[in-house]
Amino acid sequence: MPLVKEGHLVEDRFVRVLDDAPVPEGVSVILPAARLLADARELVMRQAPTGVIWPNDRKVAELVPYLDWLALVALVFPNFRDGRAYSQARLLRERYHFRGELRATGQVLRDQLLFLQRGGFDAFEVTKDADAAAFAEAVGRYSVFYQPTGDGRASTLTARRARGPSMTFKGRREYLADSRSR
Amino acid sequence: MYIYDDFDRTLLDERVRDFRDQVARRLSGELTEEEFKPLRLMNGVYLQLHAYMLRIAIPYGTLSSEQMRMLAHVARRYDRGYGHFTTRQNIQFNWIKLEELPDAMADLARAGLHGMQTSGNCVRNVTTDQWAGVAPDEIEDPRIWAELLRQHLTLHPEFSFLPRKFKIALTASAHDRAAVKVHDIGLRMHCNGAGETGFEIIVGGGLGRTPFIGKTIKPFLPKRDLLSYVEAIMRTYNQYGRRDNIYKARMKILVHDLGAEKFAHEVEEEWLSIKDGALALDPAVVADIAARFRYPEYEVLDDNPPELARAREDERFRGWLDNSVTNHKRAGYAIVTLSLKPEGGPPGDATAAQMEAIAALANRYSYGEIRVGHEQNLALPHVAQRDLPALWRALDDIGVATPNVNLVSDIIACPGLDYCSLANARSIPVAQEITRRFRDLDLARNLGRLHINISGCINACGHHHIGHIGILGVEKNGEEYYQVTIGGRADENAELGTILGPAVPYGEIADVVEDVAAAYLELRARPDELFIDTVKRVGVEPFKERVYAAR
Repeated sequence: MPLVKEGHLVEDRFVRVLDDAPVPEGVSVILPAARLLADARELVMRQAPTGVIWPNDRKVAELVPYLDWLALVALVFPNFRDGRAYSQARLLRERYHFRGELRATGQVLRDQLLFLQRGGFDAFEVTKDADAAAFAEAVGRYSVFYQPTGDGRASTLTARRARGPSMTFKGRREYLADSRSR
Repeated sequence: MYIYDDFDRTLLDERVRDFRDQVARRLSGELTEEEFKPLRLMNGVYLQLHAYMLRIAIPYGTLSSEQMRMLAHVARRYDRGYGHFTTRQNIQFNWIKLEELPDAMADLARAGLHGMQTSGNCVRNVTTDQWAGVAPDEIEDPRIWAELLRQHLTLHPEFSFLPRKFKIALTASAHDRAAVKVHDIGLRMHCNGAGETGFEIIVGGGLGRTPFIGKTIKPFLPKRDLLSYVEAIMRTYNQYGRRDNIYKARMKILVHDLGAEKFAHEVEEEWLSIKDGALALDPAVVADIAARFRYPEYEVLDDNPPELARAREDERFRGWLDNSVTNHKRAGYAIVTLSLKPEGGPPGDATAAQMEAIAALANRYSYGEIRVGHEQNLALPHVAQRDLPALWRALDDIGVATPNVNLVSDIIACPGLDYCSLANARSIPVAQEITRRFRDLDLARNLGRLHINISGCINACGHHHIGHIGILGVEKNGEEYYQVTIGGRADENAELGTILGPAVPYGEIADVVEDVAAAYLELRARPDELFIDTVKRVGVEPFKERVYAAR
């Protein structure tokens, strides 16, 4: 599965640890949620980065005690139509101020990438190679965003205000004439 | 009229480009049909029985004459010369080719029209009173709030993959013409004791196979909190709405399962964490949106000008005037409803020629503005009363002056089995037959206000549950049957209809409707007791006895 981070295809330095398998020392790992909750006391002492894969039907508020030392939270899209993890991502970033890697896993397709990025994801296990290769194009398709999220992009609400009350706009008639000549 | 600025236009252009790329990837096989489906749905593209169907949003039911002309152009250029206005302030084109869809959308975008989020599991077109801005009884123009919601919820990154579709409607009038109680979120504007206006929040209404009337979870929400509160509702639904069963995935099921109180508590808790954040509405932001709504510069006129008094002597004109023309908030003006329910016609259809003629009449008589209502009729919202006789003649010439607004033949119907792959039974021919049975206007007027709603299947696109008479198509041993309910209503006293008796075959449904009408004439206490009030007073039984006695 190609991994995209900061807009580039990168090697995944994290290793998935399954269920009760031993946690290797000195290696970045991603643990199942149950394992994190059960072994948190020992895990916090690890020298290498620790991450967790968190299911989309469990409150992310439960993760709060661990967020200052977790290096990564992976959220799950069992299929791309299941959008629960978008809410989880925004809560982690915007309410609980998680600053580590927030990774989208599961079925992650090209047309979700911009939504994911806007929700706070910064790492993407993209399902198809072609979609991973098209990452930059996919997240650059839009320049206008109506609503604010925590991603730092200006929403039209603030952009309009920044432009001041003297904002001018063309009437519909001019616009139609304009678009015909385009 | 809301005038798009460069932000709105840029977003539309980007959306068209985006969709063109998605279609190209589908045609090349890069996207599977399963992967493409949610993408096309979010652009209003359905795969119907015979072809792709394109649904275009008419936000809060307001169209400019230029936009209407563009719809006519799309009907001619890409479809078979007509379009179908729906119950949610959309228009549908039923015969579009996939390859041509991006071009059709690019054309529409030039007029500020789009199919964004008109289907799929996302927030649909925000609807409101088709008389918004001109109704004498409204508190303020609800379209400003509808537009704020439209913008906030367009391509919302968190809420584009909800458990199921999501519908929002709002009204600012005491008389609810937007059916807000049967929406996922219904908003009613009220004035509180301190003279401020705000929103009553109603959630969990909906029709479909499990109909519910919505419940109020907040009696008065200040305006500044509209976006944050809606966001809190959406976030609660997105996380906890069921995804294991498509038939239990609407928010009404979540509200019902949790109970309105518990649901309200969840929302409240979420809302308290975000209400003072980026979504708190600055009055300057609202003013900016409001400033882009253009209103006509009305003339100073008197009510009942002499031209009107003279024209009233014509009986046909008078019949139309009394039926299809409504009071305007400005003296000397009127709101004119254009019936898209001619005898024998499919409800809500308009030809390209009619659309063009209506656009021209709107320019001449209604400051270039047209409205679309959930009853599948159109309206011209700013007509000077002195122009009514001339306008009537022009409307009559193009077949949209049938004086049957709100009468028995003003039927709301879904496309049914003639177009839809989900339907069990036909809707349109049933509607057509009923309009023939009640072609006698004196009979129709005698019956008074009577709404018939027809759905071709349990998904209830024709809103049969809230029809005074509701007709639901079902399938029995491979045959089309119809189940009848009576007593439903969609207004501020919204109620679901009660089943009248066993379903009847296709050949008998129009007879049953005639029998229900006859029973009403017999049962009503006074000539001015409306059908719906008679049902309320006497209940379903006396109707059932009369209708089923001979069956």
